[in-house]
Amino acid sequence: MKTQVLIIGGGITGAGIARDLALRGIHSILIEKEDLNAGASGGNHGLLHSGARYIEVDPLVARECQVENRLLKQLAPQCIEDTGGLFVAIEGDDESYISDFPSLCNQAGIPVAPMDVITARGLEPGLSPKTIAVYGVEDAAVDPFRLTFDNIGHAQELGSQFLPNTRAVKFMIRNRQICHVRTIDTLTGEEKYIETMYVVNAAGTWSDQVTALADISLPMVYSKGSLLVTQYRFTHRVINRMRKASDGDILVPGGTVSILGTTSVRIDTPQQISPTIAEVEQIISQGAAMIPELETARYIRAYSGVRPLTGPSRRGNDRDVSRGFSLIKHSDHGVDNFLTITGGKLTTFRLMAEKATDEICRYLGVDAPCQTAVLPLPAQSASRWTEPGSGARFWIKNKDPKDMLLCGCEMVPQSSIDSLVDSLGNNHRNTLLRSINRRSRIGKGPCQGMFCSTRVMAYLYHTGMIEGREGIEELKSFLRERWRGQHPIMWEARLIQAELQEAMHCGLLGLELADTKSK
Amino acid sequence: MRTPEPIQCDLLVIGAGIAGMAAAGFAAVRGISTVQVGTTSEIIYASGLLDLMGVHPVGDGRFWTDPWAAIASLSKDQPDHPYACLKPQDIEAAFGEFITHLNEAGLPYCRQVAQNTEVLTPVGTIKLTYGVPQSMWIGAKAWQNKWPCLLVDFKGLMGFSARQIYETLKDQWPRLRYSHIEWPEIQGELYAEHLALQFQLSKYRNRLAEILKPMISHEKAVGMPAVLGIKASSSIIADIEKIIGCRVFEIPTLPPSVTGIRLREAMVQWLSENGVRAFYQMKVLQAQVAKSEDFVLYIGQDDVELTVKAKAVVLASGRFIGQGLKAGRSKIRETIFDLPVYQPTSRKEWYQLDFLDPGGHAINSCGITTDDAFRPLDKDGCIFHPRLFVAGSILAHADWMRMKCGAGLSIVTAYAAVKAYLKFKES
Repeated sequence: MKTQVLIIGGGITGAGIARDLALRGIHSILIEKEDLNAGASGGNHGLLHSGARYIEVDPLVARECQVENRLLKQLAPQCIEDTGGLFVAIEGDDESYISDFPSLCNQAGIPVAPMDVITARGLEPGLSPKTIAVYGVEDAAVDPFRLTFDNIGHAQELGSQFLPNTRAVKFMIRNRQICHVRTIDTLTGEEKYIETMYVVNAAGTWSDQVTALADISLPMVYSKGSLLVTQYRFTHRVINRMRKASDGDILVPGGTVSILGTTSVRIDTPQQISPTIAEVEQIISQGAAMIPELETARYIRAYSGVRPLTGPSRRGNDRDVSRGFSLIKHSDHGVDNFLTITGGKLTTFRLMAEKATDEICRYLGVDAPCQTAVLPLPAQSASRWTEPGSGARFWIKNKDPKDMLLCGCEMVPQSSIDSLVDSLGNNHRNTLLRSINRRSRIGKGPCQGMFCSTRVMAYLYHTGMIEGREGIEELKSFLRERWRGQHPIMWEARLIQAELQEAMHCGLLGLELADTKSK
Repeated sequence: MRTPEPIQCDLLVIGAGIAGMAAAGFAAVRGISTVQVGTTSEIIYASGLLDLMGVHPVGDGRFWTDPWAAIASLSKDQPDHPYACLKPQDIEAAFGEFITHLNEAGLPYCRQVAQNTEVLTPVGTIKLTYGVPQSMWIGAKAWQNKWPCLLVDFKGLMGFSARQIYETLKDQWPRLRYSHIEWPEIQGELYAEHLALQFQLSKYRNRLAEILKPMISHEKAVGMPAVLGIKASSSIIADIEKIIGCRVFEIPTLPPSVTGIRLREAMVQWLSENGVRAFYQMKVLQAQVAKSEDFVLYIGQDDVELTVKAKAVVLASGRFIGQGLKAGRSKIRETIFDLPVYQPTSRKEWYQLDFLDPGGHAINSCGITTDDAFRPLDKDGCIFHPRLFVAGSILAHADWMRMKCGAGLSIVTAYAAVKAYLKFKES
């Protein structure tokens, strides 16, 4: 295979670069060792920051967020629910932080609007009666999956390629140039050689593993953040705690649910991360200070992401490491056609992609301006299924009696699975159920896949999309992945459901014992 | 609301799952005046397959063809498992009697006395179980002998694909075929229970047989999801077999399933015919316990509607699904008598991070500990009450989902609890 630019990493940054390159007429191949948004791009809050969170630690990042926030609201409205946000202070919170808050925002150029507590509690009745100060900000909720799918989808429309389950294993370097990259299919072990003029490392948490292929060391710090998904949506707006960034102080609406987070836990390796019970308890107790109902809420899932931090911490606290991004040109390290882009925020992904693409264009001698700050992001038809209710709306509008619902929690009809599987092509064999889960609401509702997994699997077999014994392995891997997110929140109703799930999938089906290979 | 006069009885059975149904039945046929309280909304999640004992040790995933040998080995290795304090002949007697009760109730079961049987599951895995609904028995034979077979499913019946079972088993079962029925009598999504109700009527089962007939060429049997009636499935199957000229068998569906509904319907009617006074929409809201007096139980849906005075109680209220146990954020409680629950010291230990962890999850071994007469122990290890007995999945030290001993555990401990009560009464 041959391309102008090889992008490593299928998060929002890599997808944004692929689109930016394509709009400047440059062909790219994006390789991803798992699937789109498998890392931090899929493990975050879904918050389009107003910038106010970073006024103290990094006013420049705050300002970047503010600018990008307004751009994305204009250019990618299909991915955003413009909820607005509140910063709230609770009795006992640091008074000097509260009094400095508006002036720090003003200095950084972040619009804030003071609001009296009674008005705020009228708008958001869930707010604690102990609320003492409130400011309105321009926060919004963003669907990070749809954002990535729309970016990569547009790039593909313009001729670029995306290869999931593909890991870079070796760089062939000659005269300070990477000329070939050897890749391996993580499922089949099949090798490929990709000839390229430039390599972009957008591997996020795994950036150091990619630079290691060029014998370049990249010192990184991994900070794990965990989040909780509630069964129902608690507020209309994003709610932030008005204090120095800490645990459990942001609640972001996500369609029909709310997402509460985060934590910041230093970890040694980004492999196999999961939220812990201690984190869950911490997040709930902190969140409940802002919204008391969170103490007794039903939670349907917990998940974690890893923030890849490359900058130094100013006060020995990972919360204080700048969330600005780093663009590292590796010519200083002996490789001229290689750069790493890392750090940053979901909110600033477009700017990161622009800067990386500018650098690539400079190197390749392409004189084309960035268009992503002016051209709207086209909505891809296959990416609409991530939105809660999209399947249901489509189903009700079409009124096709033959089109049945495969998922009862989130109302996902067969027709949307058909369209999704069509859009996946051949690259997702052996991971079909997980790929569908990532791109739709399947497995994301209250049952967390207990019922819909088997219903979707039966449908995939019935329509010939899965053959042989592969379905058993897919079912096991899907249920395992969903379980990791339920594991730390097992009590009351969720625990009853866990028992039913085990009774079905182990008691009756014996999946824990199922030999996946044909005897 | 004014509560009427208390209902007097010898034995109150709390719970309407398999253990509660079995206990009420064992008591009733022994002439014990029996009242049963508990909701029947959970038994429909039962698969209908009556496991006795399948896997031991769980961590090794070792399957036993001979359940009796498995029980012997388990009793030696895990003396705190409820099976360990029972004699094999009592286990056999209990199981045999329960199957007789089901038979009388119109729900016949088959088994090989000394052997587990392999049955098909809806995802194409093979499950080893002990008591098999008669409607599935031919399927077990067909699989064992690899008969030429046709599997069919219904368009609109979600979660059941004949092609899935075919694809998963085709390498091991060369003369297997699959096909698909578009059932003309219901539009859109089909529910197993609705189909089953239709097939109660001869008009619909004849229609089904007409559709099936041309699909069969040289097959010896046809397998289909368990939808062939709620009652008298055997005669429904016989009717269809007569028309199509080959054997018909059912494959379990995912819960909630018709096979669970059949258990409920059959037992509810049979227990009523055998003199059990049952309150299936109610639960025990409060219990008054004194060692020298009768139990006083206040029952109702949400508010107290009735009072029951009972000489003895069998607690068969189940685990979390049945709400016999309740898990808070740090502790597991027994919901009616606040009995001590054997459990890990912290929530961290309840579950493994891997859903399919070969060793299973510690929470599934928590529950009520008892003496040899199935009387629960208090926190000092003394008998909580001389006439309170515990049966079924709420008992500690039995991970029924992984050991594949769920129904057996329920039936056998229900039997032991009723026997223990009789023994106490006689003395």
